Amino acid sequence: MRVELTVNGAIHAVDVEPRLSLLDCLRDKLLLTGAHAGCEHGVCGACTVLIDGTPVRSCLMFAVQADGYAITTIEGLSPGPGELSLIQDAFCETHGMQCGYCTPAMILTAHALLAGNPTPTRAEIVEAISGNICRCTGYAQIVEAIALAAERMRGLNQPAIAPVSRP
Amino acid sequence: MSAPSRKFRFVSTDRRVREDRRFVVGKGRFAADIALAATKHVALVTCDHPAARILRIDKTEALALTGVHYVLDGRELAGATSPLLAGLDTPNVPRRPLAVDVARYSGEWVAAVVADTRAIAEDAAELVHVDYEPLPFVLDGEEAYAPGSPLVHEAHGSNVLLDRTFVWGEVERDFAASPHRLAFKVKWGRSSTVPVETFGVVASWDPWREMLDVYASIQMPRFPDQVALALKLPGSAVRVHNDVDVGGSYGVKRGIKHTVLAGHLARRLGFPVRLIEDRLENMRGGDAHGPERNFDIEVAFDDLGVIRSMKMRALDNVGAYAGRSPFQLGKPVSAIVGPYCIKSVQYQAIAVVSNKTTQEAVRAFGQGPTNYAIERTLEEVAWHRGLDRLEVRRRNLIRAEQFPYLIPSGTTYDSGDYHAVIDKVLARADYSALVAERDRLRGQGLLAGIGIAACLEPSGANSTFEPLLNPKNETTTYSEGCRITVDVSGAVTANIHTVSAGQGHETLVGTVVGEVLEIDPDRIRVVRPDSLSSLPSQSPVGSRMAIMLGGAAFHAAQKLKARLIAIAAHDLKIPPERAVYENGDVFDRSAPQTRRSWIELVTIAHRYFHRLPPDTEPGLAFSHIIQVPMGGTLPTPDGRVQIYPCFAFEFHLVLISIDPDLGKPEIRRWLVGHDCGTVINPKIVRGMTMGGIAHGIGAALYEEFAYNGEGQLVAQSFMDYLLPSAHEVPEVEIVHHETPSPHTVFGQKGSGESGYLGAPAAIASAVNDAIRPLGIVVSSLPIKIAQLGDMIADARERIANSE
Amino acid sequence: MKPAAFDYARPSSLDEACALLAQSEDARIIAGGQTLVPLMAMRLARPKHLIDIARIGDLAFIRKEGEAQGSVVMIGAATRQCVVERDPTVRAELPLLAKVTPFVGHAPTRARGTIGGSLANADPAAEIALVAVTLGATLHWREGTSTAEVPAADFFIGPMTTILPPTACLTAVRFPIWEARIGVGFHEVNARKSDFAFASAAAQVALDENGLCRRIALGIGAVTPVPLRLDAVARSLVGTRAEEGDVRDAVRAALADVEILTDLHASTAYRRRVAVTLAVRALADARAAAQREPHAR
Repeated sequence: MRVELTVNGAIHAVDVEPRLSLLDCLRDKLLLTGAHAGCEHGVCGACTVLIDGTPVRSCLMFAVQADGYAITTIEGLSPGPGELSLIQDAFCETHGMQCGYCTPAMILTAHALLAGNPTPTRAEIVEAISGNICRCTGYAQIVEAIALAAERMRGLNQPAIAPVSRP
Repeated sequence: MSAPSRKFRFVSTDRRVREDRRFVVGKGRFAADIALAATKHVALVTCDHPAARILRIDKTEALALTGVHYVLDGRELAGATSPLLAGLDTPNVPRRPLAVDVARYSGEWVAAVVADTRAIAEDAAELVHVDYEPLPFVLDGEEAYAPGSPLVHEAHGSNVLLDRTFVWGEVERDFAASPHRLAFKVKWGRSSTVPVETFGVVASWDPWREMLDVYASIQMPRFPDQVALALKLPGSAVRVHNDVDVGGSYGVKRGIKHTVLAGHLARRLGFPVRLIEDRLENMRGGDAHGPERNFDIEVAFDDLGVIRSMKMRALDNVGAYAGRSPFQLGKPVSAIVGPYCIKSVQYQAIAVVSNKTTQEAVRAFGQGPTNYAIERTLEEVAWHRGLDRLEVRRRNLIRAEQFPYLIPSGTTYDSGDYHAVIDKVLARADYSALVAERDRLRGQGLLAGIGIAACLEPSGANSTFEPLLNPKNETTTYSEGCRITVDVSGAVTANIHTVSAGQGHETLVGTVVGEVLEIDPDRIRVVRPDSLSSLPSQSPVGSRMAIMLGGAAFHAAQKLKARLIAIAAHDLKIPPERAVYENGDVFDRSAPQTRRSWIELVTIAHRYFHRLPPDTEPGLAFSHIIQVPMGGTLPTPDGRVQIYPCFAFEFHLVLISIDPDLGKPEIRRWLVGHDCGTVINPKIVRGMTMGGIAHGIGAALYEEFAYNGEGQLVAQSFMDYLLPSAHEVPEVEIVHHETPSPHTVFGQKGSGESGYLGAPAAIASAVNDAIRPLGIVVSSLPIKIAQLGDMIADARERIANSE
Repeated sequence: MKPAAFDYARPSSLDEACALLAQSEDARIIAGGQTLVPLMAMRLARPKHLIDIARIGDLAFIRKEGEAQGSVVMIGAATRQCVVERDPTVRAELPLLAKVTPFVGHAPTRARGTIGGSLANADPAAEIALVAVTLGATLHWREGTSTAEVPAADFFIGPMTTILPPTACLTAVRFPIWEARIGVGFHEVNARKSDFAFASAAAQVALDENGLCRRIALGIGAVTPVPLRLDAVARSLVGTRAEEGDVRDAVRAALADVEILTDLHASTAYRRRVAVTLAVRALADARAAAQREPHAR
């Protein structure tokens, strides 16, 4: 089946089997390998992408279901080559990762949280990432990264995050 | 060699971890990201019986499917390969990637399908029809140990891989002389560290160069040579690419069977082959389960709760085959008495096979369960004597002035100040306020308890746990290499020779080399050549890399620095003693304007041979291969040995409340005092401790590879194998202390296992403190909510009935 | 874990969806996919045809219908759980559903999962099913051109089993609205937050001017093969203050002879005992919440 996916603002036409997950489509067809497979049954969250700005598990969607949405992957968050977004930089500042496997998912989730809630409490941050499993960090430095990013965003005199627009 | 105590410039400063940059933008290079042209995909056919003879494998329907290239069975693979290396001397317990004639656990791999896509390979795997004859099976470790149980490996004659008793010191005499003794059991349930990334490998054979290229999510000593051995290739025909990012391992990513399988298929079929475990294959058949250990403990002590002697029987159910995992019974010899002055010890180490998934080395290599058993012992002693648990620990702990301290099993602990760490934690916690808080919670009708655990982290592994349990294997070397070059432009590049799984080794090496060379660590490039271009490395196991890679980098950098000084002295025509190295330049102590800059020295080395000192090689390339400090000696006949040179210490203080009606524990407060000597990078060490605590919480409260009576793994996916989320891991206050090691270049000890080594014991201690008033105690992990709830309900009923 | 192959269709209307369902021998509806896709990934479900109803506008709605005593809230089967979670009508008129929805899975699964999907899946521990049974909701479906409706308590007949015919499509859930002054309570016990519960209890209470229970709805979930509405308990407590001791005795008696689930997570004894505890707590919370409510809305 042919399907048109809008990923990070660009439209891609792909020919896929219906059973190809959105995750596998992004990774294998579009070579966007930042989303990762951890369980393929919707528990670990390593496959998280944003659908119209909302975190979803891309392993639980088929590519053929994913047309008509604005899909954001981690590759869509850097301002430019070699540059880090404010959230990405905050994760580097607190060392909010070790192996990096869950990291794109965590950052996308943080991105969505902070877009809707610029002053999250620790409990709200924990709730937001509770659907993303990390086996390396014990979460502390991840939570701190998100809190730091929120703090830095509040200090900026401009819109914090470019809005993710629907096609 | 240790550094003089001075303030460091880069070591111990709060530097960013340079690896993070690629991960936050999704540019990590994980095994599943490796895309070689024409790669085909593997899916496994698994046996669903816990034990069965394989009568027939019918591949016809599978091979008829479009897109299927091959179906490999165990017979064919066994004909072309050697068995995988085992650690113990057990020639009649061969292990191979695919079962041969007999499958020995539910989930064992019986055949491998190769197809154009993973989906087609799975379609075909369903069409491989295997006829089995079910065989009797045994699941429980004690049953497997007992004579008369079904044999997992008939040719071995029993299910016992290892049964050795060590006696260190005058155990019987100490028991006889002690006024008190206790005997009890504890159990560490089968769990594992379960990384979010499963194991994956891509293998590609080049028949013209006769080279097998391997890209794998691996954490394994001797991986390249074991691949070569199994595939009957010369060692130099296997090239493992170390620039693969591993998505977490914590010990278990020893994908030797996966790699041999993929390597054979690549050679046989002539195209690259990719095997990425899916989660179901991983949980049942990936052979990455952790220890499942029964402890029988006897302890002898006096009126004050001072322990004189201990007998520990440790029986581990290693699953159907054995690679490295039985050695997890040997490593704890390094810290068999924990941080305590126990003078004599009897230790019986038993490894049995059963029809369960094969185990692999898990974070801390057996010390986690052992620490749990030791801490339970301290608690039982305290309870028995009606003494305060903290006080009993204080009385038994090795004191600062006693270091270096020789324990009965032949290991000398390098340094420590356990009492100071404990005092710091108690002060930070305001211990009396914590006790008051516990009592306040009790007053509200909750059960509440304070958990205490004082545990060691042996670090800097040597391989001498192998001859300890298998005297035929006389290995005493566990080296690590680092190579540093300065190119003609003056840029510094350091090479590390292994794969990493998030431990920040590039940052470690940059920091160490920068410290020695007095230049900004961020200017030091760190790369990973492949295994053929590499110096020896044993991979990041045994909490060794800060010590060993740090040491190798340090010494290589020192050699570089010495060369630069020698070149400068010669070129300045001054005696070497007057040459001072500072920030990359060298000047004459008596005339500081007389100097050579970094780039001048580099240019001389590379280009001006006429200005080099006599007998000096041109260029600037220095290597160092470091051996384990204190290592190099085989175990004594009675098993006394120094496996680890350094010992970090952690002290956990935890407050838990339990809803008595639900049996559900809630962690209210967590403090941990952590002393791993000099900390090279604080962000990395903190991450290790927090991550280790999260693993420990999982092992204590949530995670279990449970089997039912039919030999089926019940927790086959993440729906039933419960990994702690951010909700389940509390905020933890880390209290820092530093007792440097005398054996390492900066005084650093390892910290890769921190948190995990003490957290389960701390949680068990807290739960027991909460439920002791009801007359009950938990002695096995994990502590499940419903089981705890039932225990509490039964106890309350008993109490009510007796009133 | 790749699913077995299937054909995919995305009908744009309910009529089309029902026609497709009727045609196929082996079709399944996908809406949110949060429970179906894992089953397909593990090849426990392997439909030949997947019929995607997630974007059929007629199936995603929340509206209050009817007046006064008979008013209800209708929720379309393909309404996303996250929409239910945030909806002001649900908050105002179905406080029990509003309270419970955040406990369903995680935010990313609620972003895609639907209320109909949860109900059709019929996990014994499902929170939405518990609320539907407790409140006496009615489930509507279409099969071909005919429609049907059934009380929630009759819809679920066993673990993961409903009376929904294989060629039928759930279309809506109808929840009755209670008059003020009402309060709700919900408790569940699980290993981790958002896991399948070992036991759960949901309660809705309406008080009269004297603070006595005018109306009670009480349901237990995750303990029996299907959610259990404790009508007898509710009736026995109406007109009283629903004191803890009375509630405990009544619930205990009600569960004494019922078939209780057992699995690797929790024994029968635990579930039976804890169900009582949670019911007591849920009812106490509901009463306390109702006390805080004004007399009329």
